[in-house]
Amino acid sequence: MEVIRSQKRTPSNDTVSNPKIPLYLTAPQMEVRLEEFELFAIDRLRVLKGVSDGLARGRNPKEMDDLVDTLWKEHMRDPDASVMLNKDIISHFVLRLVYCRSDELKKWFLSMETALFRHRFRLQNFEAQRAIVGEFGLPYKAVTGAELEGLKERLGQVVRSLGQISPTVEAVYYKVPFEEVPDLVASRRVLIQKGFAFVAGSQLVSLVVTQFRSHISKALILTNRKWTTTIREREKDRLTPIVEALSTSYLGPDYSQSTEYAEISLKDIDQVAKSSFPLCMRHLFEKVREDHHLKHGGRMQLGLFLKGVGLKLDDALAFWRAEFTKKVGSERFDKEYAYSIRHNYGKEGKRTDYTPYACQKIILSAPGAGDHHGCPYRHFSEDNLRAALGRMGLSSRGMEGVMDQVRNKHYQLACTMTFEAVYGTSCDAGINHPNQYFEESQKILKSKTPPAPV
Amino acid sequence: MHRKSLTQNQKIFSMFITSEFTTARNLFPYTDIHKWLSYGHDGKHPGCDEYYFGRREFSFTLENDVYLRYKSFKSVSSLEHAIKSCFPYKIDIGAVYSVDPDKRHAYSQTGTNVFTPVERELVFDIDITDYDDVRYCCSGADVCSKCWPLMTVAIKVIHTSLKEDFGFKHILWVFSGRRGVHCWVCDPKARRMTNEQRSAVAEYFRVYKGNENNARKVALMGYSLHPFLARSYVDFLKGFFEGELQANQSIFSTKDKYDKILEMISDEDIQSELREKWEKSANRSSLSEEAISLVRWDQLKNTLQSKKHKAPTLRMCVEEIVFTFAYPRIDLEVSKQMNHLLKAPFCVHPKTGPSRRVCVPIDPNNCDEFDPLAVPTLSQLIEEINSGGSKMDVDDDDDDDDTDTSILGKSIKFFRSSFLEPLLKSCKEEIESLYKTKIGKSKDSFSW
Repeated sequence: MEVIRSQKRTPSNDTVSNPKIPLYLTAPQMEVRLEEFELFAIDRLRVLKGVSDGLARGRNPKEMDDLVDTLWKEHMRDPDASVMLNKDIISHFVLRLVYCRSDELKKWFLSMETALFRHRFRLQNFEAQRAIVGEFGLPYKAVTGAELEGLKERLGQVVRSLGQISPTVEAVYYKVPFEEVPDLVASRRVLIQKGFAFVAGSQLVSLVVTQFRSHISKALILTNRKWTTTIREREKDRLTPIVEALSTSYLGPDYSQSTEYAEISLKDIDQVAKSSFPLCMRHLFEKVREDHHLKHGGRMQLGLFLKGVGLKLDDALAFWRAEFTKKVGSERFDKEYAYSIRHNYGKEGKRTDYTPYACQKIILSAPGAGDHHGCPYRHFSEDNLRAALGRMGLSSRGMEGVMDQVRNKHYQLACTMTFEAVYGTSCDAGINHPNQYFEESQKILKSKTPPAPV
Repeated sequence: MHRKSLTQNQKIFSMFITSEFTTARNLFPYTDIHKWLSYGHDGKHPGCDEYYFGRREFSFTLENDVYLRYKSFKSVSSLEHAIKSCFPYKIDIGAVYSVDPDKRHAYSQTGTNVFTPVERELVFDIDITDYDDVRYCCSGADVCSKCWPLMTVAIKVIHTSLKEDFGFKHILWVFSGRRGVHCWVCDPKARRMTNEQRSAVAEYFRVYKGNENNARKVALMGYSLHPFLARSYVDFLKGFFEGELQANQSIFSTKDKYDKILEMISDEDIQSELREKWEKSANRSSLSEEAISLVRWDQLKNTLQSKKHKAPTLRMCVEEIVFTFAYPRIDLEVSKQMNHLLKAPFCVHPKTGPSRRVCVPIDPNNCDEFDPLAVPTLSQLIEEINSGGSKMDVDDDDDDDDTDTSILGKSIKFFRSSFLEPLLKSCKEEIESLYKTKIGKSKDSFSW
């Protein structure tokens, strides 16, 4: 890919055999204008951010299909199909440069590109899907006739075991070495016999996604090598500043708009704090109740969190007022504190609607004497942390796993493990935002509410 | 390491302190182990990789728990020599790496010569202490004839699946020496599996999700069992649960025991109904513990059968209970990573004194016959040697010796005939065919 400054654009030489989704197997041989380099990447980043947001909010696969469709049309569409394809390819390769540069960036990019691919694939019709599978050159063959007949009963059992009451066996199954579909094997979503998995047409996604992910993962490592050895230095006056600016540090949802799950009222707040707040916010909340005061760092961290959780401005004012006036009196509250609460909600000054802090920001904060903000997994002493985890209901065995993560400085993993222990469920996405913790927790608690008795 | 020669008393004493006795007198089958782990690369065929064995990691645990990793050996004699010099009381086998483990520092971590595992058997570790919540006869390190059958049924379920579902052929099951079993899947395909693939197989086998937070540790969703689980249930688990397990453990006979099972039923009404019934009948029955247990199981099954449409979580409650008690509980972490080390077969278990048992192979087709309490112990072996009972050096390559009556002889024979020989035959065929392909290719290519 050659980046040029000229206004003219040369037609693409990229011979693409018309799969609707490119596989990004090789870097495109085309010329790209510098402005496009950045703009295309930004548009794709908007799509990836949207995907990330959707996943963090626990959208089901069908919802994600729709979301991806919307995002793609909004940011990546062009009336000219070949222009659209070029933009797709170029933007992917630019973002590879941006996101190859650290393990965390790589992990995020890999997850989002894989999810994007998965849902774009699902949106294709069957013929297009088969074409894409063919592009990967996978060793699969369709099962037909007598062999299929012999397997029908057990294939039906698999379908039923996945929650479908009638064992409708699909028309087409593919016989694939079980190694090619590890996630289908792991979740027992396929029949396996003599080393082969029988993958339904509708499960083809899994096959290709594994391939795609593996390919991108390897590619990122190579790209990183090239970046550090040659590109970064060579491009330090041109592409490098663009690349470095393109990755923002936090890329998940910003929780400035609360969702349907997250509307809490003042009367519920104590109960909800106990059941659904992550440790950092629980601690701050308990301290407010205890000391009737919080220093600035704590007010910001907790206050914005509460906003993200759905506490309306009036309720927020009432909450802080109720506590603070016990210590500083009503007049001082109005003079010194009410303003900044309103400021956080975007009702004062430059009226920016401030966004709740992500874990990354909280972990990097530096609480001093008298402060209670920050990340307990990082900032608490071991004893204090153990005591706090005990109050959250962790067993001593659960605690060891968490403390282990803390020792290795994986604070977010520690919080994720705490979440998993408290709710008895796994959190594969990992916690990276207190409001995410809250939303996930609420989701679980709401789903556990027993249905009304018959 | 070079040891000074020991006095006779010191020798006897050190024999009992560590398992060095088996290794020092070639009761440890060095040659067989070497043949196994060479997978046919014995240098006799031009297609052999003569450095293959040398890239295998071994680890030694010495007295005072000194732990030596990344040991590797070019030949069986250097392996033997090292063991006899260090006297490890525990020997673990790791992966085959890209370069000799003991030379790994000579290679940089970047570029193409990275130190990384390239082959490793697919392994499983099943330990009876993971079943402590469902066995009432023993706990912790103890094992007896009443709870060992849990291991037997685990072997049957996993072995059948490895063969029928995954198509593996070269599977070695080994007694872990005290209270569990190890499984080594040695097919070339298995040895080349990535961590992700190993993880997938481990998860495929995983049913029990034990957690202090849930009473219901097995949750079987959907409208039927997956064919693998269905086969395991019908062929092995159901019969075992209703027969041997009930007989040995009487899992419904007391309130403590049956409360645990009732908690697995996600309907409070059914729980109370059964609880009331059983509390009433508690003192009135003249039946044995076993018989009471069976009666109650029948009552539970009938109640659930009639009420299973009440909620999706009740649909397969009966099966869930059976799976909770009887289905294999493998240690997932052992299987998931290529670099995980596992104890070598034929070692003596490092703990428990002179009654330490040898880690002998188990015949999966006859595992009902296996009795962990009848496995040769260290002291039995010593006695046999002292009494001049065994002239055979178990390390002797000569397979034709049918007169061997030594305690370990039977195990070694089994290892050779049912595992090693078929494995080596298949490995050599593979080496030969790969070689032929390579030759064929280079004959056809004209580029130089």
